Amino acid sequence: MRQAKLLKNIRLGIKTLLLHKLRSFLTMMGVVFGVGSVVAMLAVGEGASKEALEEIRKLGSTNIIINSVKPIEDDSGSQRSPFSVVMFGLLYEDERRAQETFDAIERTVPVKIVRKEGRLGERKLDLRIMGTTADWFDLVRRRLIAGRSLTPRDGRKRAGVTVLTEYGARRLLATERTIGQSLRIGGEYYEVVGIVQSESGQEGSIQTPDKKVDAYIPVEVARERYGDFRTEISAGSLLREAVELHQLIVQVDAIENVETVANGLERMLEGYHKRNDYVISVPLALLRQAEATKRTFNIVLGSIAGISLLVGGIGIMNIMLASVTERTREIGIRRAIGAKRRQIIGQFLIETVVLSTAGGLIGVTIGLLIPWLITQLAGMPTVVTPYSIVLAVGISMTVGIVFGLYPARHAANLDPIEALRHE
Amino acid sequence: MISATNMLTSTAVSAESSRQVVAVLEAVTKVYQMGEAQVRALAGVTVAFERGGFYAIMGASGSGKSTMLNLLGCLDRPTSGRYLLEGQDVAVLDDNALSEFRLRHLGFIFQSFNLIPQLTVSENIELPLYYLDWDANESAARVEEMAARVGLADRLEHRPAELSGGEQQRVAIARALASDPSILLADEPTGNLDSATSKQIMALLSELNEQGKTVLMVTHEPDLAAYASRRLHMQDGLIDRIEETSA
Repeated sequence: MRQAKLLKNIRLGIKTLLLHKLRSFLTMMGVVFGVGSVVAMLAVGEGASKEALEEIRKLGSTNIIINSVKPIEDDSGSQRSPFSVVMFGLLYEDERRAQETFDAIERTVPVKIVRKEGRLGERKLDLRIMGTTADWFDLVRRRLIAGRSLTPRDGRKRAGVTVLTEYGARRLLATERTIGQSLRIGGEYYEVVGIVQSESGQEGSIQTPDKKVDAYIPVEVARERYGDFRTEISAGSLLREAVELHQLIVQVDAIENVETVANGLERMLEGYHKRNDYVISVPLALLRQAEATKRTFNIVLGSIAGISLLVGGIGIMNIMLASVTERTREIGIRRAIGAKRRQIIGQFLIETVVLSTAGGLIGVTIGLLIPWLITQLAGMPTVVTPYSIVLAVGISMTVGIVFGLYPARHAANLDPIEALRHE
Repeated sequence: MISATNMLTSTAVSAESSRQVVAVLEAVTKVYQMGEAQVRALAGVTVAFERGGFYAIMGASGSGKSTMLNLLGCLDRPTSGRYLLEGQDVAVLDDNALSEFRLRHLGFIFQSFNLIPQLTVSENIELPLYYLDWDANESAARVEEMAARVGLADRLEHRPAELSGGEQQRVAIARALASDPSILLADEPTGNLDSATSKQIMALLSELNEQGKTVLMVTHEPDLAAYASRRLHMQDGLIDRIEETSA
């Protein structure tokens, strides 16, 4: 019964609004664009930050990643002999020390990159080999295509085994049948034991230097067979460098301990490294920072959208005040018949809410269309979240109530006698 | 001819007489503040209206007849004095309660019809029922009944602008009757109509009066006032004299 009455009131409100189609339409425009911009801006903002957040999340929130970097001062050293060796980066010792010092460290995964010529059957290629441990595969959760991945036993036994990446397998023209065959890397022989999927499009992985890696071998084997020196002739100069570990991934047992361990590692490494030849990145901190940036971004966008909704609301109020003046006599008639003040308020409020809600719904449509066009035309990712639509429609209804209340109260407080005399 | 003061003593409000008396003004004054000046529109009016009576309120403009009609119609409150409507002192009621009284006990008929232009005839007639929260079916039946009573059963879906003046006024009468009020208040009901139509409208009002409605009509035309059984002549905010025609 109450619902039927409300529906009837809404129908009457729509009917009244349709008497002045153009005016109602123009009044609605403020809300249309307000809501449209809220939805569209949030979609663009969400799209922009989603990619960044996804990227960071992939790094794993309980991980701390330490990369070796070549210190800058060594490059510019003018007295450097062309035969000197640049030594930098993480040490095997660092890994051991980290494990011994921090109880909160669950495990550490070392990464050592080796570049050697590889040969499979008749095919000869320069390969990028990654020495690591069995834990690596656990951490990156990379799907096995064939065979097996490295095991702790391989490391302990210094086994000459290798696991190809999908990428490497493609370059070496290796197939499932290659498993069991031997791959020669820089004069050493390895048995191919498996093929794993490459990084592309995999979820929950760690940002790794293995994008262009062709094969994995146990890190112990890499150290033993190839040592830490690397010689490369590039741009006519001889480059000799020695790096023990290229990357160290530290997995912490709980998110709460990440910060403490990261700070501890920083202090520890500072103590043992004279030069700044490592970079610690904490995905969790990056994530927090990105989220904070996103919040700021949303607040800015929200304020802009809020202002446009405010303008829309004032437009509604303006037109409703004009409408009240125009319908003063009608209000007088209704009051004389016996309409109570709150019934007059209700009548006008329903009109403004119908107006603003209709504007809100059209605005949502526009707000969905704009991000779609942006994605189609500019290739920018956009994400329309359901909450932004709920928010926008809710705001538009609120605008209708807030800005409709004053004109409605104004109408209800007219003196019936005066109102009836109004021409 | 009976003087106003005699009228009071003869119809002193008592429980026994309230069945015959529908509305009583007791020493009612109405003072308007017009800037610095105070205007006394009603200067202490005492009068009782019998149930089922047909009253014409006459007087020159500024005599206070419109003010009295507004007070009787619960659109305004007296500055002092009491107004008893159906035994209830309405001078003390708040806006909500006054609205409720208008809705249930009073029906207005205006000189300029005062129909709501965007509503159809049936929606206009339905208006009081809408505020009374009537069930849709019941109110539709009531609307048809009222329209038939004023002879407009075939015009329900028309807009007021599509009707003649006389028809519009009949719609207004049907609307005034819809909630079955005890009093019809008519403010120059034929002021905007030609004489032939005026006669029809007056005939309709007389008929309604005969069926038991109390009719209070403001007019300045003696011809129309002749339809009433009692004529209240007003002057300077007071009832000067009451003229009675034996029915």
